[in-house]
Amino acid sequence: MNDTVSIVIVSHSKDIAKGTADMVRQMVGSEVKVAFCGGNPEGGLGTSVALIVDAINDAWSPKGVAILVDLGGAETNSEMAVEMLDPERRDLVVVCNAPIVEGAVMAATEAAGGSSLAEVRAVAEELSAD
Amino acid sequence: MSLQPETFKSLLKVAAEQVIASAPELTTLDQAIGDGDHGTNMKRGFEAVLGKLDAISAQPFDEALKTIGKTLVMTVGGASGPLYGSFFLAAGEALSHDKHLPDDLAEVFASGVDAVSKRGRSHAGEKTMLDVLVPVLEALKTDAGRPDIVERIRTTAAEAAERTAPMQATKGRASFLGPRSVGHVDPGARSSCVLLQAVCASLEGRP
Repeated sequence: MNDTVSIVIVSHSKDIAKGTADMVRQMVGSEVKVAFCGGNPEGGLGTSVALIVDAINDAWSPKGVAILVDLGGAETNSEMAVEMLDPERRDLVVVCNAPIVEGAVMAATEAAGGSSLAEVRAVAEELSAD
Repeated sequence: MSLQPETFKSLLKVAAEQVIASAPELTTLDQAIGDGDHGTNMKRGFEAVLGKLDAISAQPFDEALKTIGKTLVMTVGGASGPLYGSFFLAAGEALSHDKHLPDDLAEVFASGVDAVSKRGRSHAGEKTMLDVLVPVLEALKTDAGRPDIVERIRTTAAEAAERTAPMQATKGRASFLGPRSVGHVDPGARSSCVLLQAVCASLEGRP
């Protein structure tokens, strides 16, 4: 299980995060670990640094973790969450600049082939290229 | 401007209470050009800070600021959590490294502003909280020794927040609106102003 990059999905909405994770699992299978979170600390729409930290740690792989986010606050909170990880884990987590659903599916597909974190990120971010 | 532990505690309490009291106004501003959650997010964050008031006040200043920052990061739930959180974390970090209040106030504040700028990949002029924080930093740099510095900060913050109204947002959720963001005070600029004015009021011995 630990020889692929893991995927974390962070949306303002838990439903979107879960739905995206469901799509990844159906399309890519279970060899890539996928964790998701959504909602603010009170459960409303928003994102929570604490939940993101938990999701990263749940999905942890020594090959690294690629995070897919929706809107601005999800990105800012994900970057903050990465900085709050144990120092030896920080450099193995990236926040991808990619659309959340397509990015998650593409990243997981790439990860399933055993690609590196940099390769997984590049494939997801190609979706945002001009 | 001196800062004793008991002064710090009452200052923090007033600041948190003012932010909580301004939640409806912040939400109204955010409904106009954002996603309408700035008031409730800030309220949640500063209620958590208030809940730790005694513990925070008992810490050395540098640790106290870092605890405030971490609390905001963990409880706010919007982008403003990491932004304000980074301000306090960086200011606390500056105090941990040979900076002292009140002499190095401008430098400590500058560390916080720099952290906000990096976290948001933003700078002044983009209709954000930086449009209040940066002018206040400039005032601290030039006028820190003046006897009316507290009054200067108060008016600088108020005027700076108002100046965000005619700006067009190019960062944050409001930038999605393009020209339609013009005409509204930025919610983050307003919450920065509320915080700074509460600190000023507390330092002047007013509730």
